[in-house]
Amino acid sequence: MASSAEEVKRSIKTYMFVFGALAVLTVVTVAAASLKIGVAAGIALALLIASVKGTLVASYFMHLIHERTVLYWILGLCAVFFVAMILLPVMQTSETAHLMDPIYQATGETPPTHAPSPAHVAPAAGAHGGH
Amino acid sequence: MSTTATEVLPHTLTPHPVTGMYNGKFGLWLFLASEIMLFGALFSSYVLLRVHGAFPHHGEHSLSVKIGTINTMILITSSVTMVLAWAAFKLNEPGKGRMFLAATALLAIAFLVIKLTLEYQHKYHEGIRPDTSTFYAIYYCMTGLHGLHIVGGVIVIGYFLLPGFGMWKTNPEQYINRIECTGLYWHFVDLVWIFLFPVFYLL
Amino acid sequence: MSSDHGHHHEPGFIRKYLFSVDHKVIGVQYAVTSLVFLFIGFSLMMIMRWQLAYPSAPIPFIGGWLASAVQGVVDKTGTLLPEGYNALGAMHGTIMVFLGVVPLAVGGFGNYVMPLQIGAPDMAFPRLNMASYWVFLPGGIIMLASFFVPGGAANSGWTAYPPLSVTANVTGTNPFWNGQTMWLLGMIFLITSSLLGSVNFIVTIVHLRVKGLQLFRMPFFVWAQFVTAFLLLLAFPPLEAAGVMQLMDRVFDTSFFMPSGLVVSGQLQEYSGGGSPLLWQHLFWFLAHPEVYVLILPAIGIVGEVIANNTRKPLWGYRVLVYSIIFLGFMSFVVWAHHMFLTGMGTTLSTFFQTTTMIISVPSVVILTAFLLSLYGAAIRFTVPMLFAIAFLPMFAIGGLTGLPLGLSASDIHLHDTYYVIGHFHYVVAPGTIMALFAGIYYWFPKVTGRKMNDFLGKLHFWPTLIFMNAVFMPMFFVGLQGVSRRLWDQTSYVTGNETHNWVKMSSWGAWMLGLSQLPFIINFFYSAFAGKKVAANPWAATTLEWAAPSPPPHGNFPEVPVVYRGPYEYSVPGSRQDYSPQHVPDAKLA
Repeated sequence: MASSAEEVKRSIKTYMFVFGALAVLTVVTVAAASLKIGVAAGIALALLIASVKGTLVASYFMHLIHERTVLYWILGLCAVFFVAMILLPVMQTSETAHLMDPIYQATGETPPTHAPSPAHVAPAAGAHGGH
Repeated sequence: MSTTATEVLPHTLTPHPVTGMYNGKFGLWLFLASEIMLFGALFSSYVLLRVHGAFPHHGEHSLSVKIGTINTMILITSSVTMVLAWAAFKLNEPGKGRMFLAATALLAIAFLVIKLTLEYQHKYHEGIRPDTSTFYAIYYCMTGLHGLHIVGGVIVIGYFLLPGFGMWKTNPEQYINRIECTGLYWHFVDLVWIFLFPVFYLL
Repeated sequence: MSSDHGHHHEPGFIRKYLFSVDHKVIGVQYAVTSLVFLFIGFSLMMIMRWQLAYPSAPIPFIGGWLASAVQGVVDKTGTLLPEGYNALGAMHGTIMVFLGVVPLAVGGFGNYVMPLQIGAPDMAFPRLNMASYWVFLPGGIIMLASFFVPGGAANSGWTAYPPLSVTANVTGTNPFWNGQTMWLLGMIFLITSSLLGSVNFIVTIVHLRVKGLQLFRMPFFVWAQFVTAFLLLLAFPPLEAAGVMQLMDRVFDTSFFMPSGLVVSGQLQEYSGGGSPLLWQHLFWFLAHPEVYVLILPAIGIVGEVIANNTRKPLWGYRVLVYSIIFLGFMSFVVWAHHMFLTGMGTTLSTFFQTTTMIISVPSVVILTAFLLSLYGAAIRFTVPMLFAIAFLPMFAIGGLTGLPLGLSASDIHLHDTYYVIGHFHYVVAPGTIMALFAGIYYWFPKVTGRKMNDFLGKLHFWPTLIFMNAVFMPMFFVGLQGVSRRLWDQTSYVTGNETHNWVKMSSWGAWMLGLSQLPFIINFFYSAFAGKKVAANPWAATTLEWAAPSPPPHGNFPEVPVVYRGPYEYSVPGSRQDYSPQHVPDAKLA
């Protein structure tokens, strides 16, 4: 943590530089969204840019770059659980979901495995659930 | 361990040799770790609900990228003013510090007003509510929770700007620490938005 | 804390006993409140056990009173209704876990003992500590109040699985003031309280240790609280998020957890659909599995303290114990979906979680073995705390071992949602944790009150408790292996339920006898607090720092800030005159 007056004055320059970088990267994020690179690559790119922005905020605005490794370990631990929480549930596979598919029930043929289009497309008018 | 002011509890002001932080800062980082898990759970829910296949196709939702970008810039600016407020107090310039605190709060309020009127209210008039689809459900939930965090931040900043400003005179070192901790919280709220924006508006 | 807070005028009653920032007062507040909740939660179970043993028979003594006091639990003859059974069951679990055991183990024991054991004058954030308690209490009150709203209390299990929990108690009732919604609101209060507390614990343990108290000289109880605090800090937020989402599903008709095409009572539900009931389960168990380690870790810590003190030997393998408990805490975050083997989540996830679950059994065994080895060759003092601590060991062993067939997905197919599961987890929590908490109460009562609890009443409490705990829970393994489901209002309507009914009756009678067995404890507790034998600062001749403070400790805890010169369990050091060397006494001054 910067403690002397000169260090703080120098930090101000850093803050303004980071601010500029964040502004530029925001524009880049929006522009990147209109690139025709496919869904998966689009997601990866957007998250990458967001991660860079986040790292800048954390390192310089939150002074993380001046903190000790103890804090990095705690945040690292948190990151491990965060990743587990995001990645693991989605690894659900179902060996039996096809049994409920109407095509299978009618014909006995196993349908393709990718997710079908949603049964409910959101209507424009408000749909209030009944009790 | 030398102390700059009398501490009833050790390390209220002096950093601890192992962590390099005073109590409040360490506590706030731990709190932020739990907040990472909170928003992480919601991002995890987004991922599962989207993979589940019930979202409308991309481009079918009507979130305004323009408004989202403006709000992103507002929040990033408020992050800068927050850290500049801390820097000003560190350089013993309370007038400037208060000015930057006020700017942060005003930018935050602008963010909320834009969100509430141009986004939420507009959507409600179009009949798009949380129960319209799981996409809007998680959108309202996450941006709403994020908005509540901003409200909390504004209250804290307002406190240190007005009724709590007396601490600057009685215990400036602790006041600066409190501003630093407020800043950490504020930057985290900005950080969450940095991820919320592309996920909901762009992907 | 303001910096000029040197000495203070004597605060009034409200500041001293009600809104105190002193960790000892707050610890006692948590302990007393949670003991009341434990009593309530246990009483709910005693009512349920009547229906299980004598299906459709009116509840004796209190059936009439229940019929008039609470709606929807019993019918007008005083017989437990199915919805009432479900409500009592859901609330028994919720109250015991979130309002009873954890607040006692962490809020009570942790708050009171931990700062003393590290030589600190208080917690790092005393006002935050006070706030934690005063957020916990309204959460508990909301939970209890939910019994008295139309529709009654939450009745979808303490696990609150949707779609049932989203559709329950909704028809014809107020959208806000109904049981399940109040359960969710109550949980939000409790989670917030827990969060504030865990931050406090971690900062206190890292920052406020006195000079000489390096990490590997900390009492094992402090290590246990340290790991527990991390579990609470990082595992609770996903449940808070899930609770908010379920609230939105209930109140705003969102479909986070509501699948498409759901039919309830013959009616197609008009939600937007597309939600996932499994999402709730993932988020719930992401907390609830670390939560069960929150239930056991402080108990393990207490047992370690009591064993070291009453064997007059250092704990065997202190370092191994510390590494094991850290590893256990870490692993507890990645085993959660072993509660979901039968959800159809697929073999990829089942394999992963089965593997991590098998791995996590290792540190538990290491800890148990270290404790058993600590007994070997010792001149054991069979004090009342020691009786409970020794009994903990085989009870925890039974609980842990019966978890293994549940953690293997193949055998879990047969055992999931049967009484075997109930037997397993109750062995860990009831003859396990709760008996360890009793050990802690008998052990630290002299420090808190300056008086000892009566030994005869203590033994009169211990032996029947041990016997009847086993009478209640051991039969459940047999009942479960036969295939009897849990959460059944009338088991005898099934063939296997009929065949195992005698075991069920044994459990019920065991439960009522267990309740009676607590009377010596209740009498002892209150009597000794006012008229028990007065003792000095260190009646157990213990080595850890809390015994260096007066009994009870004053505000600020230690008249002189202690310095630590050695490890926490220096008992029977060769060459020393006394059989214990307290941590804070310099070598030259050892008697």
